[in-house]
Amino acid sequence: MELTNPKLEVNEPDEEFVINVGPQHPSTHGVLHLEIKLDGEQVLDVKPNLGYIHRGIEKISESLSYKQFTYLTSRMDYLSAHINNQGCALVVEKGLEMEIPERAKVIRILMAELTRIASHQLWWGALGLDLGAVSPFFFAFREREEILEVFEETCGYRLTMNYITPGGVMQDLHPEFVPKVKKIMAELKNTMKEYDRLLTGNIIFQKRTQGVGILTKEDLVSLGITGPIARASGLSCDVRKHSPYEGYEKLDFKEILATTGDSYTRYLVRLEEMKQSIYIVEQLIDNIPEGPYREKTKAVIKLPKGEFYQKVETARGELGIYLVSDGGSKPYRLKYRTPNFSNLQALKPMVIGSKIGDLVAIMATLDLIIPDIDR
Amino acid sequence: MALLNFKSTMKAIYNYCRNVINAFISLINGMRVTGYYISHPKQILTQQYPNNRATLYIPERFKGRVILPHDENNEHKCTGCSICQMSCPNGSITILTVTEELPDGKKKKRLDRWEYNHGMCTLCNLCIESCPSDAIKMENHFEFAVYDRKNLIYDLNKPGSKLKEKSE
Amino acid sequence: MVNNSEQFHLVDITTGIHEWLYANLSSGLALTAELLLVAVSMITLVVVTAIIMVYMERKVAAFMQIRLGPNRVGFWGTLQAVADVLKLMMKEIVTPKAADRFLFALAPFLVTAVSFMALAPISFAPGIQLWDVNIGVLYISAVTSIGVIGVLMAGWSSNNKYSLLGAMRSGAQIVSYELSAGLSVLAIVVMVGSLSVNDIVVSQANGWWIFKGHIPAIIAFVIFIIASTAELNRAPFDLAEAESELTAGFHTEYSGMKFAMFFLSEYTNMFVACMLGATLFLGGWQPFYIGGLDGFNHVMDFIPGIIWFFGKTFSLVFLIMWFRWTFPRLRIDQLLKLEWKYLLPISIVNVLIAAFITLAGWHF
Repeated sequence: MELTNPKLEVNEPDEEFVINVGPQHPSTHGVLHLEIKLDGEQVLDVKPNLGYIHRGIEKISESLSYKQFTYLTSRMDYLSAHINNQGCALVVEKGLEMEIPERAKVIRILMAELTRIASHQLWWGALGLDLGAVSPFFFAFREREEILEVFEETCGYRLTMNYITPGGVMQDLHPEFVPKVKKIMAELKNTMKEYDRLLTGNIIFQKRTQGVGILTKEDLVSLGITGPIARASGLSCDVRKHSPYEGYEKLDFKEILATTGDSYTRYLVRLEEMKQSIYIVEQLIDNIPEGPYREKTKAVIKLPKGEFYQKVETARGELGIYLVSDGGSKPYRLKYRTPNFSNLQALKPMVIGSKIGDLVAIMATLDLIIPDIDR
Repeated sequence: MALLNFKSTMKAIYNYCRNVINAFISLINGMRVTGYYISHPKQILTQQYPNNRATLYIPERFKGRVILPHDENNEHKCTGCSICQMSCPNGSITILTVTEELPDGKKKKRLDRWEYNHGMCTLCNLCIESCPSDAIKMENHFEFAVYDRKNLIYDLNKPGSKLKEKSE
Repeated sequence: MVNNSEQFHLVDITTGIHEWLYANLSSGLALTAELLLVAVSMITLVVVTAIIMVYMERKVAAFMQIRLGPNRVGFWGTLQAVADVLKLMMKEIVTPKAADRFLFALAPFLVTAVSFMALAPISFAPGIQLWDVNIGVLYISAVTSIGVIGVLMAGWSSNNKYSLLGAMRSGAQIVSYELSAGLSVLAIVVMVGSLSVNDIVVSQANGWWIFKGHIPAIIAFVIFIIASTAELNRAPFDLAEAESELTAGFHTEYSGMKFAMFFLSEYTNMFVACMLGATLFLGGWQPFYIGGLDGFNHVMDFIPGIIWFFGKTFSLVFLIMWFRWTFPRLRIDQLLKLEWKYLLPISIVNVLIAAFITLAGWHF
């Protein structure tokens, strides 16, 4: 496969050396081993080495029932835990051809969008940290903490919630949920101005990320990259718009597209997505329909024989869940098409030819979660 | 010709100066944010944890661990049906029952030990959902550090407790 | 202005000690005793200010990030620096097997010695100056340049790819930014007319240079602060020890007391650079006068010169710390581009403007 921008000039081929950006490193967002071939400051080749956190989630799920396998997906992409659980619940409901109550649908969308906002906030803080500005990390976590407290009150847990199950949600909303979320959304709009002053408008940050790590549209289509990375290069791939699920078709929000495809554009696209998520939450928070929050399922769920596929849009791209059932009470084969596995492939065309300082800026805007890559 | 050169160099110098001044303004904007926080120490959010236990707020639904509530007569509601053991995804629950003979000859199964492996439990809530007699619930305590891993495997039912008789 | 008889003068104490020593001991012994006393007091000063600055850095960082800093060890965490020093002293010093042992051991001492040497010509208070030489400012610039040799030695002798990369970057950075720092210092020297530190401070008796020499002095001040931050390898120019890129750069392989010496030398260099900035631009030990307000000036006179000096130095230290916790890091080529394309031309033009203003007599 010919990549569209090889911009290499190797000066002295016998001066190359290999550096391991090892599994333990402060800036690889998890245990990822990269072997980088350098020529002075220029990067010639990048080879990622996966598998340090492979836990066999797909194999374990073959011995769990349909109600039980959702809890493992929270640990795959732990920053979009609700959205992963939502995908699993939707695939089982598709198999059972079950309709869930309206209240459950709206609650699920609210939780998913709040998760998206929290995930992008952590991404913003970690981006500042990787580039050397330590303070934005704490500001990002201060806002994220409030969203996590809302989760703690309603779902019981902050990171691996296991709240969305086939049939609806596990418990009803806490009475304090609606006023707290409204307050958080109002404050968040002000604090996003602070984010702009601290990082977006900063000349050092702009010089560090503009023109760095350009990904062309042809490369990303051939590598199968989705999510904000693809949207920053011009590919329209939001699952919530193209194959909407659970009521997203009734909501009014924009899909953020840009054409430049460098790190700065990816940064701006994610910030805009945060604002769109805030807008979605504001549309729904006052109109949560009354009714039951869960549809009763049988104690032992048995899916009919066949194959079922469901895609959802996590904070990082498109998650696809492929379920093969042989008529029994446990899945025969479960395969997750995770967004980060494909997004990791984007590293090579972006990094080759640039300097090692750019590697960190590029990885920070790629926003990879390593447990999602080797599940 | 000479005038054109002069104009373009002037424009280049003007752009240069403008870049420098804009850069400074953006840097000072960033410094304003951190300067605001250092001059307003009231905004500090750190909770001084071990000293503030009295005023700590833990939400009710926080999943700390599974407990078997006993009422004042030391009775619980667990019938020993083992449905929770079947719905636990990773085997943190072991229900040990004992069959005893009642005076009128019928054999009845009752709960002997409700063994809970707190270290393995993923707090997924599936056991509580599936319990038909509403016997277990989640407690919201969170301080469970132990020195030996064996201390994390314990029984939930208190010694000498028995099943609460259903009032007809 | 500094002629108020009720004011506290540190020079009285030092002249008293000097006379007592020479009266009671033979002259050779008195000289040795005086040298020892001066050395011990300088070392104490450096160590005490390093401990204060370590504590200050952690607290300033914490308050800017909406959290408390160290507050367990000692009252409000004041003994935290002492605990850190004790820990570093008790750690095992590991020398890598294939390292160049002599250079590996020599590098921290070189860097620390250079920082101490730069303290000699600085005037702390009226009359308190270790070495009143007529090329004081030039001496300080020259001596701080030797520090780069220590950095390169540390990187080379560690026999480690990361250390070498970090040391090379750091060496290039320090050598480039010395030019701008030197030229911005030169702008003030041109306006004063002398390189001696004492002359510079005394010439600010009627106002600090940052007010008197308006445009060139302000531009020179800004460039001096930026260039000093770059010379000290502090953020936003801290590629050499960028944690998220190359672990710890040129001092990766150092542990224990040797690492503590690098640490100490970084803080001492910061202190020396801020002292130089305070002397040149902010008036040294001169108080702050507003012409015409006699009551205000009277109150300002009461505060002794040494308190003014340390106050100004610590406010510049705070400014440099503020930079560290706000800005992201620059890449090496952007850093060098900043110096050679922006700071150097501006400082050259600034020196010309300063020379012109001095000749025309347009400063206050």
